[in-house]
Amino acid sequence: LLQPAVSVGNVGQLAVDLVISTLGMTKAGYFYTDCLVPMVGNNPYATAEENSMELSINAEVYSLPSKKLVVLQIRSPFIKNKYRPFCQTLLSWVKSSKCARVVLLSSSHAYQRDDEQLLGTPLRYLLTPDLEKAVGGIMQELNWKEMEKVAAYPGMNDTEKILHIPGGGITKLLFTESCSKGIQMAVLLKFCSEGDNIPDAFALVNYLNEWLQLVQSEVSAVGSTVLDASSQWKIPSSWRLLFGSGLPPALF
Amino acid sequence: MATFFGEVVVAPSRAGVDDEEEAREETPEDREIRRELEKKREIDILWTLKSGASAGSSADEPFACSKFIVAIGRNAAAFLSSFILDSVRWEVVGVVKLWNEWGRTSSTTNVLPTDSFCLFYRLISDPTVLLCQCSCYVAEDQQFQWLEKVFGCMQKEGLQVTVLSTCPLADYKTQESTLTLPSPFLKALKTEEFKEQVCCPLLEQPNIVRDLPAA
Repeated sequence: LLQPAVSVGNVGQLAVDLVISTLGMTKAGYFYTDCLVPMVGNNPYATAEENSMELSINAEVYSLPSKKLVVLQIRSPFIKNKYRPFCQTLLSWVKSSKCARVVLLSSSHAYQRDDEQLLGTPLRYLLTPDLEKAVGGIMQELNWKEMEKVAAYPGMNDTEKILHIPGGGITKLLFTESCSKGIQMAVLLKFCSEGDNIPDAFALVNYLNEWLQLVQSEVSAVGSTVLDASSQWKIPSSWRLLFGSGLPPALF
Repeated sequence: MATFFGEVVVAPSRAGVDDEEEAREETPEDREIRRELEKKREIDILWTLKSGASAGSSADEPFACSKFIVAIGRNAAAFLSSFILDSVRWEVVGVVKLWNEWGRTSSTTNVLPTDSFCLFYRLISDPTVLLCQCSCYVAEDQQFQWLEKVFGCMQKEGLQVTVLSTCPLADYKTQESTLTLPSPFLKALKTEEFKEQVCCPLLEQPNIVRDLPAA
C-alpha cells in the first residue's frame, strides 16, 4: 500500500498523484470517513472528454494488480482531533486486508533542520523493525540516509532521543503505531518548504522509484538534472492552474 | 521560516498540518473539555410531522422521499425563498439546531432572511418532495454529522438529490482571467447514477467543491 501523509507542501500527495497518473491506475474504491474535510470534483487524471466526468472525492483507493500495488490518495486536510481515529481505522484496514507492507510518502519542514541536515541530500527514510529485517540491506546498498532522531529535551539532556517530524502531519503517529502493531512500514520523506512543491514531488517520487522500480528509470548519470528525472512521470491534468487563474490583460 | 528581519517564526502550512496539538498526550481534563465541546457542537434535528406534534430529535422510521433539494449558503437559500418557496404550497417540517464559532441556529421556524437557519420544507401536494434551506455555516467537524443525521431520516432508494450552492468567482480556476468571465455562471457535478440531462456545463478540473455541498 502506497499512501501520502498530508504534510508540508503536500509533497506526499503530489508524489502519489504522479504515481497514479503515470501508471494509469484504476479506481478500486474510496474511504467514507468523517476525518477529512469533504471535497468533490471531476476526474483529476482525465486524459480526454470521455473519462473526465467521473466524480472524485477526498480519500480514494487505486490499484494496479500487475505490480500488486494499491495506492490511497488523500485530497483534503484532516479535521481537528481526527488524526488518531483515522490512523487507527487505516491500520486496522491494513491488517484486515492482509496488506504486506505500507510505504508512506511525507515531508518535513526544511527550516527545522540542524546544521548537519542542511548539507547533503534532503531525502530521508524510516523503517519499522519488521520491515528493517526484510529490506534494511537494500537501503544500505542504495546509500539512503535514515531520518535522524533529535534530543527529547534539547539543551537539557542530550542522551534521550526521540523521533520528531515537524510538518509531517500523521507521519509520526502512523509510524509509531505501525511499530507497535508489527506492521511493515517504510516512510520516505523530503525536507521542504511551502511554495511550488512540484520539484519536491518529483524528487520524492524518484527516490521511491530507486527502491520500488515502478517505472523504468531513464537516468543513468549520478548528477542528473531535474529535466531528466521528471520525463518518466506523467503530470495529471488537474495540476493545471495550481496557482490560480490567468491574469487579466488589463494588468499590463 | 526566517522573516525579512531575520527572526525565525513558525510558518503556517498550506497542508493544514498542526503539529503541536497532536503531539501532546491528552490528560483526563483535556478529555473532559473535549467531550463537553463535542456535546456543544452536536447537531439536533427537530421534525414536526404531519400531525403537528414534535417528533423529537429523530424520526422513528425513515420517511419516503423522492426528491431532496438542498440549498447551502445564503445565496442559494435566498434563491429558493424568492422563486420556489411560498406558504401556500410548502410547509415547514423540520429545523436543525446547531452551534459553532460562526453562528448558531435556533429551533424557531419563523425566521428572517438575515438569520442563520436550517429549515426543512415539504411540498404539500407531493409529500415526498423535500427541500432544505441551510443559510448557516456548518463547521468542518459538524458536516459529517449533519449528513448522517439528515440522510438517516430518509429512505434512500429512488431518491434524487439536488444540491444548490454558490462559490466566489475568484476561487474559480481558468486559463483566462476571471475578470473576463460573464458572471454569474452555472457549473454542475453529477454522479454516474444521475441519468437526466444537466442544464449547464460540468465543472472542469482543477476546480473542486468543498465543505457541506461536497459532503
